[in-house]
Amino acid sequence: MTGRIRGALKRLNELGTQYYNVPYRAAIARAKRDEEDLFMLLVFSEMMGIPNPAAWTTLELQPLLMDRFHEWHTRMGMERSPLDHFRCC
Amino acid sequence: MSAIVLLLLGLGGMAAGYLFYSRFIANRIFKLDAEFRTPAHEFEDGVDFVPTNRYVLWGHHFTSVAGAAPIVGPAIAVIWGWLPAFAWVVLGTIFFAGVHDSGALWASVRNRAKSVGALTGKVVGHRARTIFMIVIFLVLLMVNAVFGVVIAKLLINNPGAVVPVWGAIAVALVIGQLIYRRIIGLGIVSVVGVVALYSLIYIGPQVPVALPEQVMGLSASASWILLLFAYAAIASLLPVWMLLQPRDYINGLQLFVGLILLYGAVLIGNPTVVAPMINVDVPPGTPSLLPLLFVTIACGAISGFHGLVASGTSSKQLDRETDARFVGYFGAVGEGSLALAAIIAATAGFASLADWQAVYTAFGKGSLTAFVDGGAAILAGGLGMEVGVAATLLTVMAALFAGTTMDTGLRLQRYIFQEWGEIYQQKWLTRPLPATLLAVVSCLLLAFGAGGADGSGGLLIWPLFGTTNQLLAGLTLLVITIMLVRRGRPAIYTLAPLAFLLVMTLMALLLQLKSFYDKQDWFLLGLDVVVLIAALLVTLECAAALKRAFAEPVEQSS
Repeated sequence: MTGRIRGALKRLNELGTQYYNVPYRAAIARAKRDEEDLFMLLVFSEMMGIPNPAAWTTLELQPLLMDRFHEWHTRMGMERSPLDHFRCC
Repeated sequence: MSAIVLLLLGLGGMAAGYLFYSRFIANRIFKLDAEFRTPAHEFEDGVDFVPTNRYVLWGHHFTSVAGAAPIVGPAIAVIWGWLPAFAWVVLGTIFFAGVHDSGALWASVRNRAKSVGALTGKVVGHRARTIFMIVIFLVLLMVNAVFGVVIAKLLINNPGAVVPVWGAIAVALVIGQLIYRRIIGLGIVSVVGVVALYSLIYIGPQVPVALPEQVMGLSASASWILLLFAYAAIASLLPVWMLLQPRDYINGLQLFVGLILLYGAVLIGNPTVVAPMINVDVPPGTPSLLPLLFVTIACGAISGFHGLVASGTSSKQLDRETDARFVGYFGAVGEGSLALAAIIAATAGFASLADWQAVYTAFGKGSLTAFVDGGAAILAGGLGMEVGVAATLLTVMAALFAGTTMDTGLRLQRYIFQEWGEIYQQKWLTRPLPATLLAVVSCLLLAFGAGGADGSGGLLIWPLFGTTNQLLAGLTLLVITIMLVRRGRPAIYTLAPLAFLLVMTLMALLLQLKSFYDKQDWFLLGLDVVVLIAALLVTLECAAALKRAFAEPVEQSS
């Protein structure tokens, strides 16, 4: 019985959270994506010829961002990786 | 006449509409198909296109469309007696709003979740799309101006509500931070938020706040209007998670709590409807019921605004096409039930006919004040609440709804200005701040232009707002009708409401034109002419588009 109530409460919480998030999901996701795009640009800026004073630090990040790199360059309107020495797909 | 009878008849009628008529429309006319791949699945991207649980989507759709408008309209329209408003709300919900809302969802889902604006361009033509943009702009302009005036009036009328109304914004800001930073979960936050809000409502009447009669040469009403627009401008510029999202959530909870309390109080207290069934003794200067009733009550019977919500966001999240019936039609039923509550509050919440007549002394009087006072009396009678607290509760509910509409409206208006900036290559106009300021200034011009220096006459434009809203609904119905004609299906179920709306809006505009001319109110006369031109263009566009559609061969595929 307690399990059932707990299950129902959990389901209610899930639905409530969805209800809270649904109206602005798109706006927030878009804002986060813009932030992400700016971040990716900062990390990869040196490769694209934009001088970056923090290049030594951001270089270390590049391998970690490989998964997100593909999404980023397609979103930026480039079908393939724009960088000769940085293959993606 | 017992209010319970009115309540049961109204809810029963709308429930029957959902059970029978909407099933007929969904199965036979729109032919909703559970197997159809909806845009939420086809273009799923985690941002705009996300298949969503239909109950969640209904909750979102309902709380987006339900606001202060379905309260204001009916609370003004009961001046003709309770029957006309009641009949139009119930029949309008069943045969107009439900079909319109679920139809907008269907039309959008069948066209890659395009918005009604884009659909008008695709299905009807480029010219219609331009008219559509103008009509939307007019609707937003008017709704913002009216609601600024309405909230100012409410705050002056009930100084006890000032603390909870503004306090609710502080509560929302705190909730927003708590959730965004994942400090505590939604369940606890909801409880804390609701408790905080209702504590504010409880202590509100003990700490009334009234602005001085004159602040720098401005009346209290004008100062409130300026303050409200300053708030709306800031709110519309903030990131949405900070204020808009938690505030909408609180509003959603408030809507359900308010409806349950009001309906519960009616069932327990069984107040008597003191207003006449049909008011034969209307105050002098009240316009004729036909056609004004049908534009005074827009939201609650049929409203073009719903089409914007349905096609703008809901259609991108519809999990199965058959959900359009529940989300769209039942969403309209939810709104109808709010309008019904407003009718009952404004007709049964008074002790005697004389008290009621003392409130409804002229057309445009009553409105939210009648809803708040009448509703408070019903809550006090049925649930034993203190009248002051009950009135504060309803004032907060109405003011928050109207405030939400204002900042959402300003945000949308800003987008339109920004779009115009891009089209006409005015770089400064594409930035959020100048575009927002321009939106605020245009609304303020209207609020003060229509009502003089204290902005008190802003409600004069309410019927014009209703008219423009109906034109928007007309354009959506036109899109649905043309899609039905092209598919060789019966079009009468959308064509008849469309024709009715166009005739009523044109008649109302002409009638108001004459009354503004008689009053020598050149500002409103000018506004009326603008809306009238838009209405004529919409009518001509409908005639031309339908003629073309009937001449075309029927498409074989569905």
